Amino acid sequence: MKIRTGNRLAISALGLIAALLAAGAIGAQPPKPRAPQALAPPQLPRYRFENFTTANGLPDNHVFAVLVDGDRIWAGTENGLAVYENHKWKTYTTSDGLAQRAVLSLALDKRTGDVWAGTMGGLSRISGGRIDSYTQLNSGLSNDVVYGVSVEGENVWVATAAGACRLNLRTGQWSLFNERNTPMIEIWVYGVSATPTKVYYAVWGSGILEFDQKTGRWDKYEDPDGETELVLFKDQGLIHEITSSVSYVDNILWVATYFGDSRYDGRYWHNFLTKDSGLPSNFTNYVKGVDAKSAWFCTDKGLAYYDGANWAVYRPSLTTGKPEMTVRDAQGNVTPVAVTTAPAHNYILGIDFQGDDIWVATAKGLSHGIRQKP
Amino acid sequence: MFTLLAVLAGALLRATFSSSDIVQASSTGRVGDSLIYASPVEVLFSHDGARLYVLCQGSDQVRVLDAASFKTIRNVAVGHIPRGFSLSPDGSRLFVANTWDDTLSVIDTGTMAVVATWPVGAEPSSVIEDRECKYLFVANRISNDVAVLDAQTGAEVKRLAAGNGASYMTLSPDGKRLYVTHVYPNSAPARTVPESEITVIDTARAVVVDRIPLHGIAGVFHVAFSADGRLGVAAGLYPKNLVPLAHLEHGGAFADTLTLFGADVGNKPVEVPLDELERYAARPFGVAIMPDKSRIFVTSGGSEMVTSIDLPRLLAFIRGHHGPFVEDLSASSNYVITRIAVGHDPRAVALTGDSRRLIVANRLEDTLSVIDTRSNRLLSTIPLEGSRQLSVLRHGEQTFYTADQSFQGQIGCANCHIDSTFDDLTWDLEPDGMGRNIVDNRPLESLKGTEPFKWNGGNPDIPTECGPRTEKYFWRSETYDDLTLADLATYIRSLPARPNRWRLTDGTLTPAQERGQAIFARATDRFGNPIPLANRCSYCHSGPKGTIQKSFDVGTKKETDDSGLLDTPQLENIALTAPYLHDGSARTLEEIWTVFNPNDKHGRTNDLTKDELNDLVEYLRTR
Repeated sequence: MKIRTGNRLAISALGLIAALLAAGAIGAQPPKPRAPQALAPPQLPRYRFENFTTANGLPDNHVFAVLVDGDRIWAGTENGLAVYENHKWKTYTTSDGLAQRAVLSLALDKRTGDVWAGTMGGLSRISGGRIDSYTQLNSGLSNDVVYGVSVEGENVWVATAAGACRLNLRTGQWSLFNERNTPMIEIWVYGVSATPTKVYYAVWGSGILEFDQKTGRWDKYEDPDGETELVLFKDQGLIHEITSSVSYVDNILWVATYFGDSRYDGRYWHNFLTKDSGLPSNFTNYVKGVDAKSAWFCTDKGLAYYDGANWAVYRPSLTTGKPEMTVRDAQGNVTPVAVTTAPAHNYILGIDFQGDDIWVATAKGLSHGIRQKP
Repeated sequence: MFTLLAVLAGALLRATFSSSDIVQASSTGRVGDSLIYASPVEVLFSHDGARLYVLCQGSDQVRVLDAASFKTIRNVAVGHIPRGFSLSPDGSRLFVANTWDDTLSVIDTGTMAVVATWPVGAEPSSVIEDRECKYLFVANRISNDVAVLDAQTGAEVKRLAAGNGASYMTLSPDGKRLYVTHVYPNSAPARTVPESEITVIDTARAVVVDRIPLHGIAGVFHVAFSADGRLGVAAGLYPKNLVPLAHLEHGGAFADTLTLFGADVGNKPVEVPLDELERYAARPFGVAIMPDKSRIFVTSGGSEMVTSIDLPRLLAFIRGHHGPFVEDLSASSNYVITRIAVGHDPRAVALTGDSRRLIVANRLEDTLSVIDTRSNRLLSTIPLEGSRQLSVLRHGEQTFYTADQSFQGQIGCANCHIDSTFDDLTWDLEPDGMGRNIVDNRPLESLKGTEPFKWNGGNPDIPTECGPRTEKYFWRSETYDDLTLADLATYIRSLPARPNRWRLTDGTLTPAQERGQAIFARATDRFGNPIPLANRCSYCHSGPKGTIQKSFDVGTKKETDDSGLLDTPQLENIALTAPYLHDGSARTLEEIWTVFNPNDKHGRTNDLTKDELNDLVEYLRTR
């Protein structure tokens, strides 16, 4: 459902009246421990996690983003861009031409093999070992704080702290997208997902912006409940305005917000909250869709996988710090799974896939989840 | 009589010239007509060795010669100002890169007919097909990339970021890697050592896999590989632009070099000089390596010669000594066998199948030199069909490209104005103290109506700019006679602007360019305040060339400058001429205003939003 900005006040007023009803309507049920006689829990992927920190080669434990590039793994850290290849880490810093040391986002140009890194001080392209950096001073980049980057064809789509923009690699032209030429209200853009047909921007406080590659038109998806923290009707629209990440896969839009997550198939929304799903936290930093039905959610309380019906959560225990995996089936039954390893930290910031394996960016290290066959 | 001629020549120089109405400026046998010359730049043999293909830049042709008799078999018309060509792996197709058309001509070598013309990137300069005939790789000089085309349809698949001014390429002997050079240095902070690269492309995946760093090099031309794949050799310029140019007699403004890379020299590329004291090898360009690795042959366009190098001795020298060698004028005596005089502005070379002959394309003489590779002697000089008369323009161009006019033959105009453009470098030109009055090199295109010259506006016309002042401060000699200077100035003034690649073909502007044009022309700022006339873009940068031809202080004076009063540069093809400002301190157009215009002295711009500044840049690119 697409909600226009003009509807926001009316919807907010309704929200005030119906707050208690709404809370009851989607009232959360606490996770149900699996009864001894219940069926076996669903088989969700299991991993053995190998963790990388400064102790074994990472330049910094704060890993904001991770990117799989064949046999190479790129990690955007607070202190440089690290690449893992042939069991060795190499770090690129500002002395190599990197725009800034804190790397917030990463994208691969699959055609050319070039890697694009969004940093706290500009956008860098790493190509064959050479780094070219674009800043708001030396180029048309809208702002130096680059939260998101995505490459599609000959265009690089960028999410920054002051609007979105697009660099055409063939012409060198920068196009800026902001409150003056799009339905964007806030200009704090956190994430971007570009595909041949659509480009989506996650805008903090302004929901999701959609750019149609064919028509060149913009559209917008907002929370029907406006900026309130209420949910009047479940699955009415985008779960919240404060979006943090977006992923468009197989014509399905996956959205992460700081107040729950959403899935949109072009007609229906489906929202996820901790109280009615296996999501470990509503505060989600990043989402990456696998396909039309499954996705990974990176939250402040662990890494979650959703297969379309069931959930799995991977994290160090929030209480003991011990490795933990839980599985929640479609009926809400939660089953712990015995594991000996977990991601380096439960504050998860990013994920990428390497075949059956996963690589996970966390606040205290980078984790390689090696898929364990049953 | 001499005085009268000089006066006449001077008067003529001050007249209005264009390439179509050149009048005779000399009485030395040179004619004023605009003659068409072949201007051969590249040569290659057919796979069976029976034909010699000659790429003629001046006549827009591929000339097909009998390789034994050098008789013309056919002339094939291609696009405008072709710069590079190559054969398909099976020899059935000849691909030609046409720089002004932005096209490839595809020639069927059986019928010698152009069977397709494919659009490519900006100023395509060379082309190579991979061994599997899957991809065509095209080096685009203006867009600084390598376009990857479907070899059968010509459809562009993608572009790979290459060096600034990507131009020349060669395949490794196994065909797995493509090595790409570039003629302008990569972007770097102002007044730092130039950095270049050899871009290495995996031909199967068509991705860049490595960039071989060339420290201190600015201007890299042909690159070649030894047959065993263990040694790559690239011809290049090593400019000494960070020290005053006033000291040509103390070692020169450039070192003319070869860069060696590959397994034979280890992990790091090695730069070696071709020069020796009083014998410079100005502007090295074409390279060939004997299959048995006995010799390297290098052309030097400015010195009009081919240098023959003993390769085993060169490798032994490198292994036996610690570098760097590049500025050591005694080094080349360890490996240079001899220097063979050839024609004007020798460019590419090709070895015969048996490697006994080396063919050299002499661009500004319309001849081919044939060299015996065993004796290192010139066997013959083959004239190509065409006019044997020397026109004023041709003589002026020869003067521009030769290094003969300078002290010890070290440099010529074309050292800094590569292919009559510029070099992307800043220089410390005058003998006014170390590091004083640094100036960015300016392009030479379409100069009529852009006078005066020099950043301080001190030279009212080209003869003043290129005459005694150049002789005194650049060449450190007094070799121009008045008529030679007249012809040189005529040639420079005849240089047209290259096609603008940012304008739409129908002459209209994109919406962003239109918005930028309005900002360029605006008379009030965003707050409705009138912008003083002299603070509008359209005032100083008025007229068809984008210059009012006067000097202004736009607040860009540095501590090292004597004055802030600077000539207003023209805007034609401004997108191609980074870095910007008089001292090259702005690496991009954006930096002119985001960094170097804090007080709005260089136009009222600080009220612009980022969107608007981007629009202004988009418009400027169309100029």
